[in-house]
Amino acid sequence: MFTSADLTAFFLTLQLAFITTLILLILGTPLAWYLAHSRWRYKFLLEALIALPLVLPPTVLGFYLLLLLGNNGPLGYMTASLGAEPLAFSFSGLVIGSVFYSIPFVVQPLQDAFNNIGQRPMEVAATLGASPFDRFITIALPLARQGFLTAIVLGFAHTLGEFGVVLMIGGNIPGETKVLSIAIYEHVEALEYTNAHLLSASLILMSFLMLIAVYAINGRFRVVRL
Amino acid sequence: MRIKARFQIARSEVLNFNFDISAEGITAIFGVSGCGKTSLLRVIAGLELHTNSTLQVGDEIWQDENVFLAPHQRSIGYVFQEASLFDHLCVKDNIEYGFKRASADSRNISVEHVVSLLELQSLLNKKPAFLSGGERQRVAIARALAANPRLLLMDEPLSSLDQARKAELLPYIETINKEMNIPILYVSHSNEEIGRLADQLIFIEDAVVKASGAISELLTRSDLSLAHRRQAESLIFAKAEKYDEDFQLNYLSSEVGTFLVPGKKLPPSKELRLRLVAQDISITLEEQINTSILNIFPAVIDELFVESKAQLTVRLSINKLPVLARITMKSAENLKLEKGKNVFAQIKSVAVLA
Repeated sequence: MFTSADLTAFFLTLQLAFITTLILLILGTPLAWYLAHSRWRYKFLLEALIALPLVLPPTVLGFYLLLLLGNNGPLGYMTASLGAEPLAFSFSGLVIGSVFYSIPFVVQPLQDAFNNIGQRPMEVAATLGASPFDRFITIALPLARQGFLTAIVLGFAHTLGEFGVVLMIGGNIPGETKVLSIAIYEHVEALEYTNAHLLSASLILMSFLMLIAVYAINGRFRVVRL
Repeated sequence: MRIKARFQIARSEVLNFNFDISAEGITAIFGVSGCGKTSLLRVIAGLELHTNSTLQVGDEIWQDENVFLAPHQRSIGYVFQEASLFDHLCVKDNIEYGFKRASADSRNISVEHVVSLLELQSLLNKKPAFLSGGERQRVAIARALAANPRLLLMDEPLSSLDQARKAELLPYIETINKEMNIPILYVSHSNEEIGRLADQLIFIEDAVVKASGAISELLTRSDLSLAHRRQAESLIFAKAEKYDEDFQLNYLSSEVGTFLVPGKKLPPSKELRLRLVAQDISITLEEQINTSILNIFPAVIDELFVESKAQLTVRLSINKLPVLARITMKSAENLKLEKGKNVFAQIKSVAVLA
């Protein structure tokens, strides 16, 4: 069955996916709201930038994050001068990497959901005395709930399967950066196929269940908007 | 409540909407489709911001060079063309949305009151998706009313409904107007609705407010296109006095005189509106006695305005009330009609609007 190292990797992965999704919801909601409502001419530049992780090899993203977060990188230098632990090869570094890696999977469904609400319900709420914040909370959020569910599940599931980014900036520290995908890779390298099977199959099952949930909730969803 | 407005609305052409009215009852914003009626309602609500505009409602400034109240700071109710209910809330929560946000001292109308007024008791727990078009619009009206607004704005609230639903909803709007002391601005391009509901008109044409004031006056003013339409008409307010069962004839008293109108018995309590189409009124110099026409009134010619080589419109004053008649130039010449002349108006048909 699962070795204790496998279980550690398993829970570390869940923890990473959970924290990443939470951060992406906090950052992604205002960003998606802005993208849905802004009339800025060059908004498409921002949209293209956010969609980049969909097409880039994760190693490319990981490589630049390594340069950024490493001891000689600007961010790494900053954390070092503040006396903090370096970000590269740490759980915090993984979280930062995952946030970039999964951003389109959270922002795009939210943006779609906000777009679909349209202006009218917000206008009605305004004429009924609701302030902008009030109507965002009482009208926009509940009407966008399908989008939120989709964003949460996709953000979570996509982070679960992360490999390339982790390989570049996380390495293989048990309990710190050794996530499921890395553990599987290691098992295969060591020809421990039974363990690799167990972890892979459970990852497939989990991801499949989550995607079933997304498509059942929201049949029209497309991950990539073209 | 006085509404003073100067709006400069920049669209493909600049709309200059200036008016100063004492809004009581229903004031219809009337004009052809695309003339900017909806825009006017939106700037009054604060949903659109245009510079160089001022708006004063009662004693409050809603907009001038220094002030712009956001929609949620204006005491309004707004009924859109489509009901636009909040899909995630049940009927009751929809109606309570504005009520909860109204200041405590402005809550004169209770949710229960609007619910019974619009007969929504049986729908309270339903989600909007399960309502019919007419029901949705009734909920939308109730929701706007429950916000306890000082001013109710309605943007063609019946236009998305079929004829039968329209007929169902009109009485509700009449009831609201009668039972609640809230001035209503009602956008419409429908002659039918205006004739039936409006007490006053704000008449928009050629990107400006051409005139505003009492509807019966505006319909008959020679300087406005309303009186020159093929379907030019006059409006008379009346009350059912008695009913002759044998002939199925209503006796309707009005300031013009008593009208005899055949048909079903009309309720005696209700204020009725009579539409007199100018083309259905003829003029005689002596009172005809051997005629099939039932409604004949003595009148004074107030003004004559030429429509074409063939036709002219005569504004008659019947007991000081303006009534239009459309006749031929030939008849006018034969009868030697002129301002101040005493004549008789023969009214061939009367449409009872309410």
